[in-house]
Amino acid sequence: MNMTISREDVEYVAALARLELTEPEIQEYTEQLNSILDYAAMLERLDTDDVVPTAHAVPIHNVLREDQVRPSINHAKALRNAPDGDEGFFRVPRISLT
Amino acid sequence: MVVANQFEMVCGLEVHVELQTKTKIFCGCTTEFGGEQNTHVCPVCLGMPGALPVLNREVVNFAIKAGLALDCEIAEFSKFDRKNYFYPDLSKNYQTSQFDLPICGKGGLEIEIDGEKKWIGITRAHMEEDAGKLVHSGETISTSNESSVDYNRAGVPLLEIVSEPDMRSIPEVLAYLEKLVQILEYTEVSDCRLEQGSVRFDVNVSLRPFGTDTLGIRTETKNLNSFSSVRRCMEYEVARQARVLNAGENVVQETRTWDEGQGITLTLRSKEEAHDYRYFPEPDLPPLVIDKEWVERIRKTLPELPAARRARLQTLGLSAYDAAVITQAKAMADFFDEALTYYTDAKTLANWVMGDMTRLLNSNQCSVVDSPISAKQLAELLQLINKGTLSGKIAKSVLEEMYSTSKDASMIVKEKGLAQISDEGALLGIIDGVLAANPQSVEDYRAGKDKAIGFLVGQIMKATKGQANPGLVNQLLKEKLA
Repeated sequence: MNMTISREDVEYVAALARLELTEPEIQEYTEQLNSILDYAAMLERLDTDDVVPTAHAVPIHNVLREDQVRPSINHAKALRNAPDGDEGFFRVPRISLT
Repeated sequence: MVVANQFEMVCGLEVHVELQTKTKIFCGCTTEFGGEQNTHVCPVCLGMPGALPVLNREVVNFAIKAGLALDCEIAEFSKFDRKNYFYPDLSKNYQTSQFDLPICGKGGLEIEIDGEKKWIGITRAHMEEDAGKLVHSGETISTSNESSVDYNRAGVPLLEIVSEPDMRSIPEVLAYLEKLVQILEYTEVSDCRLEQGSVRFDVNVSLRPFGTDTLGIRTETKNLNSFSSVRRCMEYEVARQARVLNAGENVVQETRTWDEGQGITLTLRSKEEAHDYRYFPEPDLPPLVIDKEWVERIRKTLPELPAARRARLQTLGLSAYDAAVITQAKAMADFFDEALTYYTDAKTLANWVMGDMTRLLNSNQCSVVDSPISAKQLAELLQLINKGTLSGKIAKSVLEEMYSTSKDASMIVKEKGLAQISDEGALLGIIDGVLAANPQSVEDYRAGKDKAIGFLVGQIMKATKGQANPGLVNQLLKEKLA
């Protein structure tokens, strides 16, 4: 297998995604990600010189709405799924790690 | 600044401008400022699973308009991207922004410092959503165990305008910002209310020894919201970097924050902690194709921009300085132009607008938009001076009365009997009285003391409470004394 993704890459991406991985998980994901990339590498054999880069999977553009105010939802609805809230505010735990 | 002798400053700016739409960029929630917390929200701007964003057409219109005013290329094809980061000011864990294909490409504007003109390049401008507001439980974010979030502002449309690192001094930076904000205000894409955070500045600064071409290591100070903060922050940052370099050390590339109270910048995050935003195309928003016809339609809505307006006023006889003062704010320039349709002497009008009118507005902390005196009313007052109904001096007091009552000048003149006395018969009677009461002055004048006539004129003006037509008084008096 072509090892495009190193274990450092996996650790880095996991840290960005705030995931804590065990040693076996790091190994497993490194292998899996490489295998996925290897599979996708098949595409590199195609000649894409005349193909326009794809910005979106669906071939549509300019889906727009007019600038007209629509009703918002109320506090209670907005906060219904929030783990914590207070007086109409969402409340989040400590942000700074320092 | 001492450092100016050793180092050259290099500065580029990112300016975030809130666009003045009625609704947010991707949903129909109102953009109104204030409002009780989390009442201008919906599943889209709260990032609820399954909610789909739809782009507000007016945001695109405003972005094109601002781009054209800033001489930018308008991209035929642009798209949105997700900028991924974990911070609760947005509930989605990403900000919808534009990465590699922004709506506006290269542009720029001209500044002038001490008569020297300089072009400041604009790299790009892109559309994105604003974030919510955090209130921390403690004094600062690092001493807070929890924070409260209000998402009313989340999703308000922003245009981020990125300049080239073309500025070499603090006055250049301030001139660029003033010009930029002035142009945006003219286009009316933003209310440009700095005190409400409608415009926010990120400042990138580095130093390098004079004569070198390579750029020094820069710092970025984020989220400044006034010109004075920008100036103070840059003064501090330039001095700090010079100290670091003079000590033989390297400036650390990092993001800093401005502490307004202490007047210093502080490390927010270093390069090692720098965000890796992992941009990728926003799958929920199809791309944007802007054809020439759309761009031309918007171009037609562009107002006369400040530079063109200044030039036009100068052709009407205003000095460069006067033209700059009048066009500083669009509202004042509009007031001036409206008055000009009723009163054509631009120079006299400018004197009144810049002088008494501005003084009255300023002392009442009133903006010209809310002026109790309309442009048409001011023009009528000046016409009364031209017709000889009012002397310039009395017109000033009439203007004050107009300001407090919003009445027309002619009505005040009628009610208070302020009209200038230009009736020869009436004036002759008064002149006779004054001459009879002051035989010594009459004798002095006839003996060749020209000054004596001034005293007599003063007495006549006093007797008429300043309402006598001064030209006519002089003429009649000389005839009498001849």
